[in-house]
Amino acid sequence: MPDPTVSEERRAVTRQGLAIGVATGLYGTSFGAVGVASGLSVAQTCALSFLVFTGASQFAFVGVLVAGGSPWSGAATGLMLGARNTLYGLGLAPRLQWRGWRRAGAAQVVIDESSAVATATSSTSAARVGFLVTGISVFVLWNAMTLVGALLGTALGDPRTYGLDAAVGAAFLALLWPRLTDRRTVAVAVAAALLALVLVPLTPAGVPVLAAASVALVAALLPAPSGAAGAAGTAEDVR
Amino acid sequence: MSATWAAILVLAAGSYALKLAGLSLPAGVLERPLVRRVALALPVALLAALVAVQVAADGARVTVDARAAGLGVAVLLLLARANFLVVVVGGAVTAALLRWWVG
Repeated sequence: MPDPTVSEERRAVTRQGLAIGVATGLYGTSFGAVGVASGLSVAQTCALSFLVFTGASQFAFVGVLVAGGSPWSGAATGLMLGARNTLYGLGLAPRLQWRGWRRAGAAQVVIDESSAVATATSSTSAARVGFLVTGISVFVLWNAMTLVGALLGTALGDPRTYGLDAAVGAAFLALLWPRLTDRRTVAVAVAAALLALVLVPLTPAGVPVLAAASVALVAALLPAPSGAAGAAGTAEDVR
Repeated sequence: MSATWAAILVLAAGSYALKLAGLSLPAGVLERPLVRRVALALPVALLAALVAVQVAADGARVTVDARAAGLGVAVLLLLARANFLVVVVGGAVTAALLRWWVG
């Protein structure tokens, strides 16, 4: 017998998931345009959205290319950014309770947005609905709009004329912004940015960003009771 | 196959493996506090470094140009709680207008 509050929650997370899917999918346009501006082909840009499908890693890959770095340092940076999806997955697994091919399929759409919607629900059935509606609507629109952006970017010509190089910096800042929740996190961000800038004249392109990851390691090792409590709180939210 | 395609495929396979690992590993494996703290701080450090390099690096030099103005406008738009696309377009248009105006 269907519980009315459960089906109500499922309808609510469906609406929420679709809204997030449309909003997130639309900015796939900016990734598409930036991708071709960085020198990738339309096919390579679309392959990133289809196969990698985790926005920050995709932007990082093209960002390193724009800065003159090798595709390999781009891939390494992208993989380090993608490690947070493992953390999301650990929180999602007990809620979604999927095995076998369902789990293998679901894995591709474990991203910031689908994880946020699914972890905010109160039942397995609502978590599954929220996860799938959000993940699939973001996936479909993100890929469609990447193609639109890549074609538009190709037609526009020199990316600097339209400030597309500045768009990449703004995109990274917009991805970073919601994570700056406490002073400790802000300190990590400032230290990482400064370290990267110091290394720009000294190392090959791509290395400054990779080296900045060490700031995260140092910050995690430093004892800081208040900061640690904040980090643990965020981890609890993910679960 | 070009190095770019190879790197894209490695990034794709690795990203998928990281996602699947989260759904598959027993919950205790990555629950040590240190691992969690690193995993949460890593995106912050990398994204901040990407912002800095993207806006201020010109080859091996650090410079302040139209991109910095674009970033300033992006900060203002984020403070005004604008959505992602508005922030990105705002940053781009600012840099483009400044370049056009300065010539």
